[in-house]
Amino acid sequence: MKNKNKILNTALLGMSLVSLSTTLVAAEQDPIKVGVMLPFSGVYGGLGEATRNGLKMALQEHAADLQGRKIEFIEMDTEAKPSRAPEIANSLLNKSHADFIIGPVHSGVAMGMIKVLKDKDTIMIIPNAGVNAATGPLCAPNIFRTSFSAWQPSYPMGKVALEQGFKKVVTLSWNYGFGQESLDAFEESFTSGGGEIVKKMLVPFPKTEFQSYLSEIGSIQPDAVFVFFAGGGAVKFVKDYDAMGLKGKIPLLGAGFLTEGTLEAQGDSAEGILTTLHYADPLKNEENQTFRRGYADKFGKPSDLYAVQGYDTGLMIASAVKALNGDISDQKALIHALENTKVKSPRGDFTFSKAHNPIQNIYLRRVENGENQVVKLAASALEDPARGCSM
Amino acid sequence: MDSTLFIVQLINGLQYGLLLFLIASGLTLVFGVMGILNLAHGSMFMVGAYLAWYFVQQTGSFAFSAVISAVIALLIGFLVERTLIRQLYRRNHLDQVLLTIGMIFVFNALQGLLWGNDPLGVDVPQALSASIPLAGIIEYPVYRIFVAVFCVVVAGVMYYVISKTRLGMLIRAGESNREMVECLGIDISRLYTIVFAIGVMLSAVAGVVAAPISSIVPGMGEHILITCFVVVVIGGMGSIKGAFIGALMVGLVDTFASVLVPELSSMMIYIFMAFILLLKPQGLFSS
Repeated sequence: MKNKNKILNTALLGMSLVSLSTTLVAAEQDPIKVGVMLPFSGVYGGLGEATRNGLKMALQEHAADLQGRKIEFIEMDTEAKPSRAPEIANSLLNKSHADFIIGPVHSGVAMGMIKVLKDKDTIMIIPNAGVNAATGPLCAPNIFRTSFSAWQPSYPMGKVALEQGFKKVVTLSWNYGFGQESLDAFEESFTSGGGEIVKKMLVPFPKTEFQSYLSEIGSIQPDAVFVFFAGGGAVKFVKDYDAMGLKGKIPLLGAGFLTEGTLEAQGDSAEGILTTLHYADPLKNEENQTFRRGYADKFGKPSDLYAVQGYDTGLMIASAVKALNGDISDQKALIHALENTKVKSPRGDFTFSKAHNPIQNIYLRRVENGENQVVKLAASALEDPARGCSM
Repeated sequence: MDSTLFIVQLINGLQYGLLLFLIASGLTLVFGVMGILNLAHGSMFMVGAYLAWYFVQQTGSFAFSAVISAVIALLIGFLVERTLIRQLYRRNHLDQVLLTIGMIFVFNALQGLLWGNDPLGVDVPQALSASIPLAGIIEYPVYRIFVAVFCVVVAGVMYYVISKTRLGMLIRAGESNREMVECLGIDISRLYTIVFAIGVMLSAVAGVVAAPISSIVPGMGEHILITCFVVVVIGGMGSIKGAFIGALMVGLVDTFASVLVPELSSMMIYIFMAFILLLKPQGLFSS
């Protein structure tokens, strides 16, 4: 028995030596390690999946740009739980030695990741989470975002509301960081143009019992209502708004998430809602048409905003690897290449601000026949003010 | 708050409370009779909502979907009791917690596999889709009134069954003295199966009737479970009457708190629960 063990040990040692030597030889041709921290289960599971699909699609389409280097994906399910974020980020950084860490969807998770990854030897690219701080007070050379800051989609709506002649508006959101930041951004542009917020309502997260708030709105009778809700809460709110008879009497405005991935479930109740966002499915530009067709063929279902953001993250990586001829070992050079990427996105071209947030167009959309039709450009090449970022 | 708005909010609170009762009644029934704390109770609420969505997609009929979903829930309850819950009767509460938490994960995983993670919605059935003009520009959806009436009817039926029928007599007997019921030649294990299946069905039916006024999303069961526990704890564990009163109280407290003290509204029902427990440590109607 002892002998047998000895033989086994020697064999194992031999094998590991062999693999060690191949690692040394192949250093230049090592795969690029891409850690993926997305929610693949739970409420945000669908968003995580779409983001991953988009990311992989872009890297496959641009395989030639990777200068022969393969991509190794290490996928971790965050379950959208902020408490798990530091642990997973740590393992991707210190155990897997990921070159890029892509994630997350949820802003709370983003805060946990940043704590671990800020100024470390990896590149963090946020494909969704919009918490302002990520490219504000917590900004860092190795942190990028391909989605938006909370401020970006909501700020232009203040101006739109004034153009529509609304003077008194009620704002409403879940009581958490992103929701409040959205309301603040709307308020900033709306009140600076002479509008008045007659009441700001904050609903405890994740409560979806909206009756009492809707009754109050009905009794205040403002010119319009501006809200931030997403996912299941957005479905419920829009349906309840209609059922309480407010639809058609008090216009409903929102940050675009109100009608993203929710229109089918919202049905007729969503018709006529005005939202602002950095993307809309029916955008006419060529990149978007090609992307939408390609995505539907590949994955058998329609693409969405989250797929676009994942896709752009992939484009960004491919373009930086190409610019550096496949050698991403120098972090400074890599950051420089990423900063100067001009992403030819389905949402329209965008570049990066000093704080590493996209400078991008924001579109005004109206729900018509179950689709977010583009009404007009609400703001062109809008840059987040990046308050608190000293980079 | 003027008087009309007050009345509207009162209706909101009562209607929410009645729905809470429908969900919580099964939880408290099962605990009262069997001594089983079923943490997967909320999952059955979710299953009911998803089943309703699925069958409405397939058949277009809400009434049919409701009936078939209730039958399926009854079967699920039957199977789960016979295979899993049965193992727990002679074990302590910790084992019950472990098993029923495990069931939450299983149901969530199945939901993800079968129906995906996108938020879904069920349309309000055509016949009930109207709204009644109430005050100013506010209209009250007929379907919500229907839900409230339905919950009152269920409460009435439960009251009748428990106080007037043989099954109800057995349930009451089982609550107060299991051994004696067994000694009298009653098949207690059959009674347990029936009670558990009914408990599951009540939760699933609540999910069905709530489907048109909720968004059907993963995890919807866990959110409602916590509120249900507040209801059951306030009412007294195992008391149906307590669940009814507790649910109405929680519905009203939650509704008015969100208007009057919005900053505290997320914790108001818990503060209220703590207050009740200070006065009555076993809940309002503990046996």
